[in-house]
This record gives sequence, C-alpha cells and structure tokens, in this order.
Amino acid sequence: MISYRHILAIVRKELLQLRRDRLTFGMIVMIPLIQLVLFGYAINTEVRHIPAAVVDQSDTGLSRALIQMVEATQVVRFEHHFATIEEAERAIVRAEVRAALIIPRDVAQRLVRNPAVTGRFPQGAQDTTSRPVAQWIADGSDTLVAAAIRALRRMPLGELFREATNTPTPTFEVTLFYNPEQRTVVNIVPGLVGIILTMTMIMFTAAAIVREHERGNIEMLITTPIRPLELMIGKIIPFVGIGLIQVAIILGLGWAVFSVTIAGSLWTLLVVTLLFILASLSLGLVISTFARNQLQAMQMTVFVLLPSILLSGFMFPYEGMPEGAQILANTLPATHFMQIIRGVVLRDADLADIAPDAIWLLGFSILGLAVASLRFRKKLD
Amino acid sequence: MSDIVAETVGLTRTFGTKTAVDNVDLKITKGSVYGLLGPNGSGKTTAMRMLTGLLKPSGGHAVVLGTRLPGNAEPLKRRIGYMTQGFTHYRDLTVLENLRFVADIHDLSAQDKHRRIDELLETYDLREQAHTLAGEMSGGQRQRLALAATILHRPELLFLDEPTSAVDPESRRSFWEQLFDLVEGGTTMIVSTHLMDEAERCHRIAILDRGRKRADGVPRELMERIAGRVIEVSGPDLRPVSRKLTAGPGILSVAQIGARLRVLVSDGTDDPRGAVDALVRGFADTTTQPTRPNLEDVFVLATRDQGA
Repeated sequence: MISYRHILAIVRKELLQLRRDRLTFGMIVMIPLIQLVLFGYAINTEVRHIPAAVVDQSDTGLSRALIQMVEATQVVRFEHHFATIEEAERAIVRAEVRAALIIPRDVAQRLVRNPAVTGRFPQGAQDTTSRPVAQWIADGSDTLVAAAIRALRRMPLGELFREATNTPTPTFEVTLFYNPEQRTVVNIVPGLVGIILTMTMIMFTAAAIVREHERGNIEMLITTPIRPLELMIGKIIPFVGIGLIQVAIILGLGWAVFSVTIAGSLWTLLVVTLLFILASLSLGLVISTFARNQLQAMQMTVFVLLPSILLSGFMFPYEGMPEGAQILANTLPATHFMQIIRGVVLRDADLADIAPDAIWLLGFSILGLAVASLRFRKKLD
Repeated sequence: MSDIVAETVGLTRTFGTKTAVDNVDLKITKGSVYGLLGPNGSGKTTAMRMLTGLLKPSGGHAVVLGTRLPGNAEPLKRRIGYMTQGFTHYRDLTVLENLRFVADIHDLSAQDKHRRIDELLETYDLREQAHTLAGEMSGGQRQRLALAATILHRPELLFLDEPTSAVDPESRRSFWEQLFDLVEGGTTMIVSTHLMDEAERCHRIAILDRGRKRADGVPRELMERIAGRVIEVSGPDLRPVSRKLTAGPGILSVAQIGARLRVLVSDGTDDPRGAVDALVRGFADTTTQPTRPNLEDVFVLATRDQGA
C-alpha cells in the first residue's frame, strides 16, 4: 500500500530544502541553545533582594539593628528611607519598592514583650501586652513577592539582645529527594525539552505542508501518484531527527552547564522522546490541514504553545490547578510528556512507571496522523 | 471509437452561485493538440482540473483514457501529465533534484530514471543548468524544466494550462516545436490559452466564454465558416466612422488596427458588405473591402453572437 520509495523521495526533498533554508537550519540549533541558557539562569522561584523601603519612626540604635537583621536575611534590600508612611506608599505605587517596613516609635517596648525575642510567652501575655514589633506593607499583587515578605513574619529576633536563638523543634522532618539543594534549574531543564519540542515540532511541520500550498507545489503533487499518508510520513521523518538533535542539545547542555544529570536509562529516554516528537508532529500535520497560509499555521501553533507552557506543569505544578484546567491540560501532549521526562531524567522512572502517559502519547500520534491523512485530500475543492 | 482519448458530456462545475464551467461537451482525438481558447475566467483551468481528476464535476461526466470521472482518478494519474499555469515544482531545488524527485514519485526504475533524466536534459537543453536552482532560472528555462518534469513518466495525455504565458516569443516558438515533437511520438495534448497565435497551432479548438463552449472545430474551418462577415474599412478620418459603425444595426464589433477598421457583422445580416457600405456612405474617401477572417474574429463572433 505505502511506497517506501515515495516516502524516501519526500524525505530527501525535505532535507535538501532544509539545507538551503539557512535561517530555519540555524533555529533548530539556536532555539534550544539560547532558551536553555536563558531559562536556566533566569527562572528562579526563590525570591531574593526585593527592593524595599523603611520608615523608621523610632530612629534608635535598636531599630537600626533590627533593619540590619532584616536585610541580613537577603529577602529584601532596603533602598529608601522615608519619614512618613504616605511617602512609602507612594513609592510602592511608583514601583520603586515592592514593600516597606514601618518601625513604630515604641519599638523597644514592643520588642521586650515579644515572644520572638524572649523565646517564651511572658506571663499573662495578651494581644494588648504583646504586639508585633513592626509592620510590613507590601505590593501583594505578585503572590511570590508577597509570600516572601509573609515568610518574614516569624523571623527570630533573639540575636538583637545577643541571646542564643532558640530553634523550635520542627513538627515534621522533611527529606527532599531528587533535588535536595532545591535548585529551580533541575526542574526547568527536562521541562524545557517538552516546551521546545512542542514549539519547533508543531511549527516546522505545520509550516512545511502549508508552504507547499502557498507555493502551489501541492497542485503538482496531487497530479502524481503519491498518497497523502506517504506525503505525511515523508514530511515528519526529517523532523523526528531534528527533534532528537534538540533533545540532545538541551540535556547535554543541562548536564554540562547546570549539572542536571540524567538519572534514568537513555533507552527509555529515547523511546519516550520519540513518542512525544511523534505526537507533536502529528498535531502539526493536523494544523497544516486547517491553516491556509504560514501565518495562520504560526498562530495555531502559538494557540497550542501557550497552554503547553502554562498548564503542562512546566511553570506551575499541575496538582495546583483546578479540576477543569487539569482536564484541559490533559488534552495537551506536553502535559503527559512533562510527567514522563521529569520521571525519567530526575527520578529514574522506567517504562512501566510511565506507561499510562506513554500510551496516551502513542494514541494521540496515531489519531493525529489519521486525521491529517483523512483531511488532506488530493482534490482542490 | 478508440480514437477518442477524452470526452466530456454536459460537464458542469459551480463554485457557490458562480458557474465556472457550464454544460460543456468536448471530444478529443488521439495524437492531436486540442486547444481551449478563452479569456481569463472563462473556465479553462476549471475544465482541465476536472479532466485531471483534481476537481469533482458538479454535473455531467467525463471519460479520460477510458476512466470515467467523477470516479477513482488515482490510476489515471500515472497515465496523464498536467503542467500547471504557474511553476509548481520546487524553486529551492535544482533542475536535477526536481527531476529525480518526480522520477521517484512516478516509480521509474533506477536504470530508467537515470536514462530518462539524461534524455530530458538533452532534449530540453537543460544540461548546463542541471545544478542550478529552479528559482534562479529564466522563465523559458523554467518552462522547459516544467515540461520535462511533466512528461518524465511518458504520459499518454498531456494537459498544459497556459503553458507559454510567462515566456518570451522566441522561447514560445521553440516550446511549441517541442510540443509537436511529443505529438509525433503519439502524445495527445490539451492546451489552454488566451493567445490567438497559440490557438492557431492547435489541430482543433473549443472556444470557451463565461464557462460555455461557444464554438469548436479546426481553426482553419472556423475561420472559413465566417468568410465574408469581416469587412475592412479604410479612410482618412476613422474615429467618427468607428463611432457610427459601433452603433449600427448588425455590427458586432469594430476594432481599429493601424489605419484600418476591422468590422465584424452578425450572422443574421444577409449582405454584410452592403450593410457596412450603407453606414459609411456619408464619410469622404472611405472604402470597404471584405477580408480574410482570423481566429480573433472567430472568437469575437462566437462570443458575441450567442452571448448577446
């Protein structure tokens, strides 16, 4: 039924065209290279050095020591001193600072009664006798910044009086597997494989077929004995190779630059990556049968790409999303791949562990290829 | 009647409310060049696309090389060649790469592929450009490449959609020489054109206008059939004469060609020359004379007579 010679002819043609398309050829290598370095260094969910202001109404040695202690946590960096709270609020509006610490006049009295300093509740401690030492006002619109400021609420202040800080016994002991140092990049590198493949694979295939339409080549192709399925398969094979090159670049660079080692077996990695590449390519093919020109193909790619970045678990944990969003996320190949690739690269998961997601990807690929072949008719009407 | 390679009966195609091809009957015999003559938008390309199985007819049917259409056109694609109006091979591939691609798609054996490509490079004078990108060649060279790629699989029936519209007159001449060489080899051709000189080269033509077939036959016979209805008018001041004639009864068209007016008189007029004479009587030094009709006259008469 299917002629391997026809497929080979298409593959050869695609490679020749790709070789002459310098920009695309360059993008294949540069997209993963630049984005990995960029995201690897840039994305950090641990917030540090938030610009802040201080309104010191007490202006004593004690308050200045308090300011130094807060700055020593590295969570905030005091960039401005204001005399009044109003000035501090305006600075927040202007986004000069994200938060302001207001130290009241009676900070000394508050401090001596505060359990954070004394380490114990004073006799008959009540709200009236024990009040917070100082107040933070913060721009709460960014939840990450707000959370960092809120974490300061319980900071121990024993050092202020040269007392040994009494570390309270924790309720739970926590052991962090796979990323004990809590480096964001460990989670980013394998995730980036999914994002970059989603982008390049869908875009390249969608554009590759649409281009044949735009340049009129399709008119020539449909007068030949070539079958739609042969054309589709021939079109995607070169991109499978390209996808694998990109994965090698990302994981290789992730290992060399960011010391993200691959815990799982390379064979498992190859199998699951191939599955995801196939799924993305078949999605690209489906898009190509809807899009009339390359711009439309690009728009549809972005339509898929954005939720793939935001909902797949690449940026935010999948578990944190409401159920409706999870259902939506589950229709995206990237979501399934995100689970798989992090499993294989970080947790040494084997094929059996990731089977459900892998089977889902396989099913998606077959369905996509079938839909694309059926929709691509050798007719002009 | 195995001599008929392609035939259409009541072939019709509509796009929405617009009828692109309207009830067209054609009969194309083996080893001939059949021309579809008509202006842009007359349905030539649509008719061709239906005959090649790319478009499904809305009504009527066609039989091409024994295959009934609408029907399974796939086996037919190995026996026909279709050269599209624009260049639809790959501009970012070289001549050789394009030809090899087509040879693979048409399943030529490795040996045959090599021999055939070599032969085509020679015939169509492309050997020097073998490694040139198609996009970097001249219109004439590209046209020869398109023809070579279209006939590479030795089709019995060749469709050429406005084959020389992007080609200079010199290349056009040699292109037609090459077409007749193919006809000599037994290939049948259906050529669409809006150029009269090109239509005149065809063995038979059908005149299409707004989707309808207005006339068909051998170009020479079509011209002879309207003998006497083309009157040439010459005189010193032709513009007012032209205006008077255009408004006159039974006059289908007046066209100035240099120092003469070419007047076409409708079918219903008994004495064409007399009718023209009567109209120009008032003008000084103005003479009339019947002249030999050309294909343009045939075209104008065919489209005006029935269109009005």
